[in-house]
Amino acid sequence: MKRAFRTLLLALGVAFVLAPSALAQSRSETLIVVTELGPNTMDIHGVGANRPAYQASWNLYDRLMTFGVKTLPDGTRMYDYSVLKPELAESWQLAADGMSVTFKLRKNAKFHDGSPVTAKDVKWSFDRAVSVGGFPTFQMKAGSLEKPEQFVVVDDHTFRVNFLRKDKLTMPDLAVPVPVIVNSTLAKKHATPSDPWAMEWLKNNDAGGGAYRLESWKPGQETVYVRFDDWKSGPLPKLKRVIVREVPSAGNRRALLERGDADLSFDLPPKDFAEIARSGKLSVVAVPIENAHVYVGMNVKKPPFSSVKVRQAVAYALPYEKIFSSAVFGRGALLMGNPIATNTFGYESSLSPYKAELAKAKALMAEAGYPNGFETTLFFDQGFGTVNEPIAVLVQEALATVGIKTTINKIPGANWRAMMLKKEMPLYINVFGGWLNYPEYLFFWNYHGQNAVFNTMSYQNPEMDKLIDAARFETDKKKYAELVREFTKLAIAEVPRVAVYQPSLDVAMQKNVKGYQYWFHRYLDYRQLWKE
Amino acid sequence: MIARRLLAAVPGVIGVIVVTFLLNRALPGDPAAFFAGPAASREAVEEIRVKLGLDRSLPEQFALYLRDLARGELGQSLTTGQPVLRDLVTRLPASLELTLSGLFLALGVALPLGILSATRPGLWIDHLGRVVTTAGVSLPIFFTGLVLVYIFYFLLGLAPAPLGRLDAFSSPPPAVTGFYLIDSTLARDPALLWASLRQLALPAATIGLFAMAPIARMTRASMLGILSSDFIRTARASGLAPNTVLLVYALRNALLPVVTTLGMIFSFLLGANVLVEKVFAWPGVGSYALEALIASDYAPVQGFVLTMAILYVLLNLFIDLLYGLIDPRVRIEA
Repeated sequence: MKRAFRTLLLALGVAFVLAPSALAQSRSETLIVVTELGPNTMDIHGVGANRPAYQASWNLYDRLMTFGVKTLPDGTRMYDYSVLKPELAESWQLAADGMSVTFKLRKNAKFHDGSPVTAKDVKWSFDRAVSVGGFPTFQMKAGSLEKPEQFVVVDDHTFRVNFLRKDKLTMPDLAVPVPVIVNSTLAKKHATPSDPWAMEWLKNNDAGGGAYRLESWKPGQETVYVRFDDWKSGPLPKLKRVIVREVPSAGNRRALLERGDADLSFDLPPKDFAEIARSGKLSVVAVPIENAHVYVGMNVKKPPFSSVKVRQAVAYALPYEKIFSSAVFGRGALLMGNPIATNTFGYESSLSPYKAELAKAKALMAEAGYPNGFETTLFFDQGFGTVNEPIAVLVQEALATVGIKTTINKIPGANWRAMMLKKEMPLYINVFGGWLNYPEYLFFWNYHGQNAVFNTMSYQNPEMDKLIDAARFETDKKKYAELVREFTKLAIAEVPRVAVYQPSLDVAMQKNVKGYQYWFHRYLDYRQLWKE
Repeated sequence: MIARRLLAAVPGVIGVIVVTFLLNRALPGDPAAFFAGPAASREAVEEIRVKLGLDRSLPEQFALYLRDLARGELGQSLTTGQPVLRDLVTRLPASLELTLSGLFLALGVALPLGILSATRPGLWIDHLGRVVTTAGVSLPIFFTGLVLVYIFYFLLGLAPAPLGRLDAFSSPPPAVTGFYLIDSTLARDPALLWASLRQLALPAATIGLFAMAPIARMTRASMLGILSSDFIRTARASGLAPNTVLLVYALRNALLPVVTTLGMIFSFLLGANVLVEKVFAWPGVGSYALEALIASDYAPVQGFVLTMAILYVLLNLFIDLLYGLIDPRVRIEA
């Protein structure tokens, strides 16, 4: 007994000494990512697919096309929305009348189970995206992709999309994470009469042909991806394995990075990113998120914010610089009331007259008939409390100086969307970011009279709708620029929301991790990364 | 006797089912809006509501819930996308292993400490016991966890990364009991046993520190009472060895209230684990229920509370049986 115990101790000791060297070898080809939240499905078309599911789907599945890459002046690489590049399709041809596009698929492309990728897989996948309802159908519609009849199998490796109308978002919308190509033969094996699109099975299983295969997935804990060595849609990626671990405590995520036990993380508070960047131990890449802004919104349907003058008074009272420096530690870009982000078409810093100007704000309040101010409630989403809470306090303080007394009401993250849908919050702090980097895309969701959930101000103005609709289908560049300028000016003058700043997408990683690139979906593309 | 005890627990469990069902519906938050996705319209949210059965009346929802329960279905978690039953089955061993390790650790320190304090009241060991237990119980459990991580992982590098039950490069042993310590021993894999021990050390110590206080205090108080009783005086007067008196006669009789405390601490810890699980990324049921609560995901929360209720019933049964072993009089009276 004693001897057995001694042997065990010895074995333990040997294992302890040996383990690190074995680790070192696999470590250089493995990327360890730590996140706050993991995916809840492997199927981006699934009901309630969360944001981390985009990353899973993006790496497990291929799309027909992808976007190009451009390098910013500071050396940061980001996707280029103006360039479409082949992925599963090796080439494509727009019809002479501009009403359809024909894709030639790669003949040697395979799915993870070894079966070839054919045009009928593409059709099945697109039919699924426009049929299952919810988010994928919505996103397809944003590019005028609405009916299964639009998708035509010409032959095994030729596929055509017929357009319903000329929409400049159709082509880029085929390169976002939603139109993934699914192995239809495999998926159909698991379909049932009540579940013709195999939603149940695809939720937990990989039926893709992307550069990475799913090795294991423990929901709520960890997802492991391994390279698919037979991948043909681009150069073979360098990383052999990617491990995504869920670490709920932000402090521990930082500690893991600083100790070198994790390679990369997006999920740290702005203060941590600022400190890590200053210390220089890790590299931090920051890109202002395109077509996004953090704003103070006002419900225009109810007094006192139904008065333009009151809204302008708020815009002249907000402490823009103070919010930017002390709540987000200068990460991002200041917008000063301009709803268009700095790296989105149509941004002109001179368009917005707003800055913190107390005298003007007070005068406007008096003109609006509220010389003594009023009382109201300021709402924010506690799910983003690290940033929202200090902003709310600063806004409260600033508004008090012009007589607007606010009570702060924190809404738990789970309840925030329901609150937005109700459209009853008089004054609130929120953020919006659009996938497709077009100003009219942001305006369509946020300022259009269709009153989508993001138009939480309930702002409705026929003149605004006309400008947005016209810009969406305008093909003349000069006229388009003019339309964008017009609706931006209108949004600034009527100011149903005051855009304060553009948030930043920050990522911290070890110095030997190379190739990081910013994507509009704000998640990792494992194909581009490697370790030195 | 066991069957009668189990039967007596049935109304309690039914009560728990009703209360958790109602409580969950009364919570703020709209799961339909949460899961309809970012760009959902009102219609899309309604569609999800129908899909989730949330458009029906409360009694109807309750009836559906009972029917599923009878079939052993606890519903689907929307946060992990998996059946709740499967989530709980895979996560419960993690919580149990952590809690039990913490408890044994606490017992190993607190029991001797309590006995020593009782035999030498007022001396340095008694004061030491008082300081350690006061500190252990007054520090918030997540704070202790974070401090331990900071010192032993971040500063000294002695402990492994707080990444859950295993480091990123080990894969779990073939599942037999779900307890990694036992499973890796069964698989004769000392490296894996060592790896899981290392991961377990800090979180178990965190829980141990917290659980130590009541055990040590209870042992001390109970021992003090017993040591001044007549039968101990008689035993001593009869010339029995001091250790025999202390450990055989006194301790056995002093153990009854300690076991009661132990049972209470254990069931309390299973729930209080949430924070430790969060700090150490431990994939247990506590953090699972918390995530679900934040997302107003009803099914996992209900499943969690139900599991806890059943565990509690079983635990009480077990402790009652243990009483009988320690003190035969209890058995006869029952």
